[in-house]
Amino acid sequence: MSSTGIDKTEQIYVDLYENNTTLLNRVVSDAVSQQRDKAIELFKSNGIPRRGNENYKYSKLEPYFKEEYKTDFQHEVFNQNLDDVFKCEVHDLDATTIYLINGWYYRKNKLPASLPKGVVIGSFAEISKSHPEIVEAHYNKYAKNDEDSLVALNTAFAQDGFLIYVPKGVVIEKPIQIVNIMHSSEDLLAFPRNLVVIEENAQAKILLCEHTLTESKYLVNAVTEAYVAKNAIFDIYNIQNQHNLTTCVNSIFVHQKEHSSALTHNLTLHTGTTRNNVYVDMAEEHCESHVYGLYITDKNQHVDNFSFIDHAKPNCYSEELFKGVLDDKSTGAFAGKIMVRPDAQKTSAFQRNDNLLLTDTAKMNTKPMLEIYADDVKCSHGATVGQLDEKSMFYLRSRGIGKDEARILLMYAFAYEAVEKIRVPALRDEIKELVENTFRGELDKCNSCVLCGSEASSQYTCM
Amino acid sequence: MLEIKDLHAKIDDKEILRGINLTVKPGEVHAIMGPNGSGKSTLSSVLAGSEVFDVSAGEVNFYGKDLLDLPAEDRAREGLFYSFQYPVEIPGVSMVNFMRTALNEHKKYNDEKPLSASEFLKLMREKKKVVEIDSNLTNRSVNEGFSGGEKKKNEIFQMAMLEPKLSILDETDSGLDIDALRIVANGVNKLKSKDNATIVITHYQRLLDHIVPDFVHVLYKGRIVMSAGKELALELEEKGYDWIKKQFED
Repeated sequence: MSSTGIDKTEQIYVDLYENNTTLLNRVVSDAVSQQRDKAIELFKSNGIPRRGNENYKYSKLEPYFKEEYKTDFQHEVFNQNLDDVFKCEVHDLDATTIYLINGWYYRKNKLPASLPKGVVIGSFAEISKSHPEIVEAHYNKYAKNDEDSLVALNTAFAQDGFLIYVPKGVVIEKPIQIVNIMHSSEDLLAFPRNLVVIEENAQAKILLCEHTLTESKYLVNAVTEAYVAKNAIFDIYNIQNQHNLTTCVNSIFVHQKEHSSALTHNLTLHTGTTRNNVYVDMAEEHCESHVYGLYITDKNQHVDNFSFIDHAKPNCYSEELFKGVLDDKSTGAFAGKIMVRPDAQKTSAFQRNDNLLLTDTAKMNTKPMLEIYADDVKCSHGATVGQLDEKSMFYLRSRGIGKDEARILLMYAFAYEAVEKIRVPALRDEIKELVENTFRGELDKCNSCVLCGSEASSQYTCM
Repeated sequence: MLEIKDLHAKIDDKEILRGINLTVKPGEVHAIMGPNGSGKSTLSSVLAGSEVFDVSAGEVNFYGKDLLDLPAEDRAREGLFYSFQYPVEIPGVSMVNFMRTALNEHKKYNDEKPLSASEFLKLMREKKKVVEIDSNLTNRSVNEGFSGGEKKKNEIFQMAMLEPKLSILDETDSGLDIDALRIVANGVNKLKSKDNATIVITHYQRLLDHIVPDFVHVLYKGRIVMSAGKELALELEEKGYDWIKKQFED
């Protein structure tokens, strides 16, 4: 304990904040800066989630926060040619693609001229100044700083990320692909902050790809807020393909208005330690929300998915499906909270978490948490943890399919249900291939990552 | 092609096969009949390579190779096909992917070139005709939601695709109506040649009206207690198994 009464690890961040406030504020508008002090206070009083915190029971994150990292608060324009350092695995997708480097909007991004009128896609920091009305109306309105101190920590340090604004009635047909590349010669800490606003009757689909490109250690604590207005449709697919030295806390907050439909899908294909938070507020009637996840882990990886679906009003529908395939000594956790408030009659809420453990040493903790205060509702939840089916194995092998190949087929068959939930066909095909490559161990997860197969650092390998 | 000598197998220390002897030559059709619990299905799954059973004694020679020494997939690649009594549903694995993987693994094992996508689809179209299988079935996941008859037809379709030297049909007639039975039997007959052989395991005579055997064997309490020509099947149909039970009670 330090003299201020908070723990050493927390003190690192409070100091970091106090020493950099001017720098942090320089790039963003006051609407963003003004949120910081309150956020750091919340962080200070709640602290980094430790054992006693029920929502973080199975993820020990504090040790990662204790390590030393550099920061990138004064980001300089990335001067390398992106094509030289990065090749995207989702290749043939017809999409509008933009890049972020360490959470910063890449200044050389080129947007297609064909974007509909009124659509704003760009740097969160820049737009906070050029379109203050968007940020003032929505920024930090949905993120739950008081419920999760790591979200508050992001708000305290937020500088840049992507901002997407889709005006009333505009439908963006092509998916918007956002590639965030962690690229640093030193261990790095980053707080990407993203904002998405989909106005009435508007539609957009986002594919967010997260990569680590250099062998440095990364701690990424990202927050994305999404406002989905009346009759709007919004999808976000987050593909996490990072190396074993990555610690990633990724929180998304979706706020829905009546008759809107939202979908979030976190696909963790490779990581070190990942914690995904999904919060969905169905603030008005007749909302529909789909919350999905797929995690494929091996070695010592750890993936923890937490979701909170808030049925605040009647006649809303929510569907959750999380599937995990865990190999080696990897561990996973799932906790799914569904809150059906007293007012929320005729709620339909369904939740499922299925896991496949490939070894005796892989471990999964799963916990449904339903709180139902209305009496006319349809809710269900289910969780399974199992092994590969021996009968199916034998069936495949009796047709001449070798053990390894049969295993891959069955793992893919298990994951398939989660992949099928992707409601953009072109995306689904691309992601199918990625998932299959992951099972084959052929996913190019780190491009230039020297850790791959390197014996010097046996503690961490990519495969 | 196949020579079984004094084969013993057990599960949880319970001996199910107690000394099986059987020789099958190319071009032959053998029927194995017998009452419930006599070891018919055990014999076929032991031959197919199921790891549920322990082989405690005996040997099985398949084209000069020790079959019992090979894992299930290599037995298949050597030309053995096992049609399941209860084909397994595998949601998420498409029939196309399944069959292409299987076929190409066979090709790889035999040092042949894998089939291109179009060659594969062409082959699949041809073989579908042989077993009169509905086109839609092959667009679905393996056996998922198939009716009993569709599953059995699918087994024969896979047999047609893989062109085995020896097929073991385990109670392929169970759960089939007359039409499905005829289609399945026709499929088997069309695939018959002087170079391949079939072992038909069945309870009843009715399948043997369509697939006519050269030899009929009666399996009882883990041993083949009687072997004769096709007329034995008719006799069993008429008299049941009681007289055999009485004769070979021990």
